[in-house]
Amino acid sequence: MNEAWQQALSRVPELLAAHVQISVSALALAMLICLPLAIWAARSPRVAAVTLTIASLIQTIPGLALLALFYPLLLGVSALIGGGISAFGFLPALLALTLYALLPILRNAVTGLTGVDPAAQEAADGLGMTGSQKLYYVEAPLAAPTIMAGIRTAAVWTIGAATLSTTVGQPSLGDLIFAGLQTQNWTLVLAGCLFSAALAISVDLLLGLIERGIRERRRIWAWAGLAMIAAGLLVATLPLMIARDNIVVIGAKGFSEQYILARLIGSRLEEAGYAVRYRDGLGSAVVYQALSEGDVDVYVDYSGTIWTNQMQRSDNLPKAEMLEAIAQWSSHSHGVKMLGALGFENTYAFAVRPEDARAKSLRTLDDLARVSSDFNFGTDVEFLERPEWQMVRDAYPIRFKNARSFSPTFMYPALVSGEVDVISAFSSDGRIAANGLVVLADPKGAVPSYEAILLLAPARAGDQKFVAAINPLIDAITVDNMREANYMVDREGDKKTPRQAARWLNEKLRE
Amino acid sequence: MPVSGPSIRLKNISRHYGNVCAVDGVSLDIAAGSMVALVGLSGSGKSTLLKMMNRLVEPDGGEIIIGADPVDSVDPHILRRRIGYVFQNIGLFPHMTIARNIAIGLELAGETEGRRERIAELLELVELPQEMASRMPDQLSGGQQQRVGVARALATRPGLMLMDEPFGALDPVTRDSLTDQYKALHQRLGLTTIIVTHDMAEALYLADRILVMEAGRIRADATPAELVSGNVGEEAEALVAIPRAQAAHLIALGNKS
Ligand SMILES: Nc1ncnc2c1ncn2[C@@H]1O[C@H](COP(=O)(O)OP(=O)(O)O)[C@@H](O)[C@H]1O
Ligand SMILES: [Mg+2]
Repeated sequence: MNEAWQQALSRVPELLAAHVQISVSALALAMLICLPLAIWAARSPRVAAVTLTIASLIQTIPGLALLALFYPLLLGVSALIGGGISAFGFLPALLALTLYALLPILRNAVTGLTGVDPAAQEAADGLGMTGSQKLYYVEAPLAAPTIMAGIRTAAVWTIGAATLSTTVGQPSLGDLIFAGLQTQNWTLVLAGCLFSAALAISVDLLLGLIERGIRERRRIWAWAGLAMIAAGLLVATLPLMIARDNIVVIGAKGFSEQYILARLIGSRLEEAGYAVRYRDGLGSAVVYQALSEGDVDVYVDYSGTIWTNQMQRSDNLPKAEMLEAIAQWSSHSHGVKMLGALGFENTYAFAVRPEDARAKSLRTLDDLARVSSDFNFGTDVEFLERPEWQMVRDAYPIRFKNARSFSPTFMYPALVSGEVDVISAFSSDGRIAANGLVVLADPKGAVPSYEAILLLAPARAGDQKFVAAINPLIDAITVDNMREANYMVDREGDKKTPRQAARWLNEKLRE
Repeated sequence: MPVSGPSIRLKNISRHYGNVCAVDGVSLDIAAGSMVALVGLSGSGKSTLLKMMNRLVEPDGGEIIIGADPVDSVDPHILRRRIGYVFQNIGLFPHMTIARNIAIGLELAGETEGRRERIAELLELVELPQEMASRMPDQLSGGQQQRVGVARALATRPGLMLMDEPFGALDPVTRDSLTDQYKALHQRLGLTTIIVTHDMAEALYLADRILVMEAGRIRADATPAELVSGNVGEEAEALVAIPRAQAAHLIALGNKS
């Protein structure tokens, strides 16, 4: 087995355990909600119509959006009741997945309960059963196979959708898929898909066994299926039960540089004796919040991001003053410690093809503004909505012919092949140099500085050993080395894993 | 013949479904221990009238008294546990063994003592072999299933049996033997039985009193002998005409050979 597979597999037990935990919790909660609701709905067509409509509506919301919606919702609720609710990780994932599991369970339970043979119902009434006796002796057992089929469908959906909970910081097999997609590490993607598919298939088979056991009234099958599920649950969640006090959680947003820096931080903390865990692929908005609440212990952010997103500032300060202001603000408002800047910047950089730069003498954003009406703009999915784009347009009269969004992976090829003429690249991206692209200068200083900064959770701010382990990273990474490390992970051939790139980068630290 | 069944009194009972008047002001006294047949065309209100006696259907107006107590003096489920109910679609619980189906009334009443013996006794009563006890309903023929239906209804020793076309779906031979056997049971146990049927021949054979219903009302109330001798109204005469013609035909055939 090669190293890529070994690396992927080494993370599987823990992620599988978390995946099982979140899926089972969501499924259990959905059953807890749906089964009483179905009993009510089976007795009242109005209730059935309303609840089924709501459940179907929820089902039309894409899973990713549903998860994303719970983050601001929980933040709002938390603010309303004076804090204490974590909008990060388990809770939003649980709620979103539960909502997602409602429809199949509810629909089948209502169908099953209303579909009970009228003769059996009349007999039950005629014998003098009360409502609950009728449910217990007749309706529930006769509807059980149909209900079970609904639970089975919900289980498969939930296990699949649980991969998306990575985006709100709940570990799952999706961690492998998202990280793999970002770094084009197909081994990771494949491992994530294989294990979540295998999980879904085995759960489906076992629930199917139970369903058949009930349908054909062979108790032994139902019990066997149940026992196997219980055993599987126990084995799968074993890694979660091993005592894990004082585990450091290292956060990373969803791109290669973040994965590499997280591994760099992690390897140093491991050397210092800490047990570490990675929470990769976190949304920009989620990760700072998670840090301030202690769900994440440390991660790398960028000064301009904190400045515009968290502090809601639209003015611009010189680099040193801005860093100072950020350190002050995060310490005061959240107790977050800014340990310092890593020494390189990853800002938005407008890049053009070298032949265009030469032919049209493009050196600055002023030059770009001059030709912008003939230029097609390629950008990442969020840039056009970000304040930086507004700042650039306020400073330079840029009006592009049109704009298209790409994932970073495809943005560079689009520029090289001439599909677009200018892109909003990231200045530390190794693909700029590798493709010989020309980065245009920003003489008016419109784009705020994006110094990489190391942020610590409030609880870690006073941890001397912790600080000592990662303090050597401050001012120690040059932009060239960062580009090189990024390129190792991003390039097509001879790809390295983020861990390998982090090892390489650790060798190159500036004293 | 010991009588354990109660008497029944209906006072001006009505029941509407929207514009349809299913039962229209019926008043009636039924003596304890009698076997009363309710006959009439389909839709004439027989089932509705029967089901009001165990409150599977609630009347719009009027009063029903079984024995000494109005039916609404207790919760419906308590009332129904004291009344045996058998109907055409049988409604055995497909997920329970025959034994459990028979004993379900005892289970509801919390009677755990001697359940096994009672099941054996009931199987014998409805003339089913003991080894049926462990079978599932779908392994029995229609006739056997309805025997179980009768046994189930009798399990808690009710005095009153309400039967809604109980043998209507069975083949004639099975039906005849069941009718015969039930008649014997009724007499042996001293039950009060009200049986709905659309088969006048069955009613004439089985009942000691026949009520002919039409459009929610009782149009004729007579003993089988009175019915056969005529003079009880057109509706009744029309219903009796069929078995009479059949009998005559059979006799004619017999004379020829
Ligand atoms: N649940 C019900 N809803 C509406 N109409 C009903 C219902 N039950 C009976 N009816 C109507 O009441 C009338 C009497 O029905 P029923 O008592 O079943 O007659 P029978 O048993 O003599 O065939 C019929 O017109 C029938 O359509
Ligand atoms: Mg009827």
